[in-house]
Amino acid sequence: MSEYSRRDLLRHIGISLTLGAAGEYVLAAQDVQHIHQTLAPQNGHYTPKSLTAHEYATLQRLSDLIIPADELSPGALSAGAADFIDFLCSASDEMKLIYTGGLAWIDEAMKHRYGGKTFLAADPSQQTALLDLIAYRENLRQDPALSPGIDFFAWARKMVADAYYTSPIGIKDLGYMGNTAMTHFSVPREAIDYAVKRSPFA
Amino acid sequence: MQSTKSAQVFDVVVVGSGAGGGTAVKVLTDKGLQVALLEAGPMLNPAKDFREHVWPYQVDNRGAGAHSELYFGRQQWGYFAAPVGYWDIPDEPYTVAAGQEWRWFRSRIVGGRTNHYGRISLRFSDYDFQPEDGLSDPWPVTYQEMSPWYDKAEGFIGVTGTKEGLRTAPDGNFLPAIAPRVHEVLIQKSCGKLGIPCIPSRMAMLTKSINGRAACHYCGQCGRGCVTASAFSSSQAMIFPAMKTGKLTLITGAMARELVTDGSGKVTAVSYVDKATRSEQQIRCRAVVVAASACESARLLLNSKSARFSAGIANSSGQVGRNLTDSVGYSLSGTVPALANLPRHNSDGIDGMHVYVPWWLLDDKKKNFPRGYHIEIGGGFRMPMIGSFHGECAAFQGYGRKLKDSIREQYGATVGFAGRGEMIPNKDTWCEIDPERVDAWGIPVIRFHARWSDAEINQVRHMHETFTGIIETMGGRVMGGRPDPKTAGISTPGTIIHEAGTVKMGDDPNRSVLNKYCQAHEVKNLFVCDAAPFVSQPDKNVTLSIVAFAWRASEYLAEEMRKGNV
Repeated sequence: MSEYSRRDLLRHIGISLTLGAAGEYVLAAQDVQHIHQTLAPQNGHYTPKSLTAHEYATLQRLSDLIIPADELSPGALSAGAADFIDFLCSASDEMKLIYTGGLAWIDEAMKHRYGGKTFLAADPSQQTALLDLIAYRENLRQDPALSPGIDFFAWARKMVADAYYTSPIGIKDLGYMGNTAMTHFSVPREAIDYAVKRSPFA
Repeated sequence: MQSTKSAQVFDVVVVGSGAGGGTAVKVLTDKGLQVALLEAGPMLNPAKDFREHVWPYQVDNRGAGAHSELYFGRQQWGYFAAPVGYWDIPDEPYTVAAGQEWRWFRSRIVGGRTNHYGRISLRFSDYDFQPEDGLSDPWPVTYQEMSPWYDKAEGFIGVTGTKEGLRTAPDGNFLPAIAPRVHEVLIQKSCGKLGIPCIPSRMAMLTKSINGRAACHYCGQCGRGCVTASAFSSSQAMIFPAMKTGKLTLITGAMARELVTDGSGKVTAVSYVDKATRSEQQIRCRAVVVAASACESARLLLNSKSARFSAGIANSSGQVGRNLTDSVGYSLSGTVPALANLPRHNSDGIDGMHVYVPWWLLDDKKKNFPRGYHIEIGGGFRMPMIGSFHGECAAFQGYGRKLKDSIREQYGATVGFAGRGEMIPNKDTWCEIDPERVDAWGIPVIRFHARWSDAEINQVRHMHETFTGIIETMGGRVMGGRPDPKTAGISTPGTIIHEAGTVKMGDDPNRSVLNKYCQAHEVKNLFVCDAAPFVSQPDKNVTLSIVAFAWRASEYLAEEMRKGNV
């Protein structure tokens, strides 16, 4: 490709090249804009497309329990984890079945154990008591009837984590600093020292 | 079907636009020849098709697929990966012999798999061409003969590296290497303690601008396709420039059906199906370069039957489809306490490893498997994606603040090792035309046969022990259970996507299809320029060698045409 057309291509996607001192084309980091930045940002309010209002609210509560807010960052509720899951349910009957079935199981288990209350209506201590049963696979040994709940919670936990850590809030919580352009790649000395000091090679 | 013959007789028709086809197009158009290129998929538009730099949250399904395919194991290809690859193409099936396994990955777009491949670029060694153990045939060329072609290939595509003087990893014409990441520094120390070499990786990414392509900007997303073409692809580095010369006619959506021959046995045209109109076309030529990927190239030759070539064109030896290999694969991960809560920094770099382990036990006579493998290394702070923490969720279980803290602690503390080893060709691993099935275009499909032998199973057992040793020496803990003792966790044949050997080269026309220039023994104007000519599957990913062999074959073809021999 000629320089001219390549520059056009780059201009088209908002990346510019400058001629470096050594005659190399380099990307000026501050000039990098990303091709899909024009995509609409998440708007403030989400209306469920697939789950009922009760199912959606239950899922929101679950997501808040799975990845809560703490002093370092907001949690999965603020990151819209329930929105992501509802959105996927709206385009996959198989996914929807996992959530409608799983959320109903949780309500039934709650009613059975705590006198007729749904998961959402139960006290926080009752909610976590139920999660303590279904959040660990080894509990299956004592009570095989927990199986559907344990399977569902594994789905909910991994998908809440997916939603959270792929959101701007979760990315910030992790401290991922990439997806940008650099003219040179280097590794901070203090990061290497940190790891070596803690390793058998110290 | 009606067949439409092209008015123009092209000097060369190239079938397939990946590493081999792209190289042929570049070299032949540089020599001034008129070339037509057939690609079964669509045109590539990097600015539109590559999803470089996109955050998952900028896509509604965040990469899970429109119908959550990722969650149900049905995703054909990563949502953010460069287009277009498939394990299953509805219109283009293949079959596998009963009770056996083979997975066939195909790419259907200009540039083929080079748009997204790992770009590991390793020269084969002298002993790869002339094996001393007699377990596979010698190649009809030596390392000495190929070395200048590797120089050209590296000089053009751009390969990082350092001169190490290792027989198992011949030095090349390298661009500057890239600094190791933190986990890679630890792995180098661990390997050092174990007497295993761990050297800067050899990758086709530009750590410096060459040939009018911009230097890398270190976003670590080469697999998504590189808009600046700083990571090599045949589409951007070879085919688009050739189109500007006016010497290249690119025909997309063209599924090659057969090579048409005249009474003397020479190829006079390539017959193909124009997928858009479902019409049969013939494009006339003086010579043909088949570079459709090893199994697709074998299929095209086997489907090109005539009175003269009843077993398929150029196949009197019966070797077309035989000698099929894939790399031996095995993976293992570990968690490393020294990396827990590692201070955050940008570790994107170039996609994949900055250091790797070349084969190191060449002279070990005690091991219980022949040949060797190299080790690819993973880790670092990668962009969080759907699935990034599934392992952590399943291992930690629980929920709440403790889960959140555990993910914070473990982010960047996991290392991965993938062995890529040499499979010894065996008579039970091959492909043929399935007599009972055709694809949507009426073209008979391929049927695979595959079997690993003890050589490969013992090799992956050795990989498991080696990876475990490296992880534990750096104070880490292996993740996941022990592999199934029978399969030892070996990859399903085909899944490493390094198919080779199906149109083998050799000096003896009774035992090989092509001569040392990738030219058919029986058909002087037929060349094959992907990994199909490769006699064996060295533990050094095939793409760099595809470029080197295709370059040499194309220069030879151009010269033979100039002399009037073809």
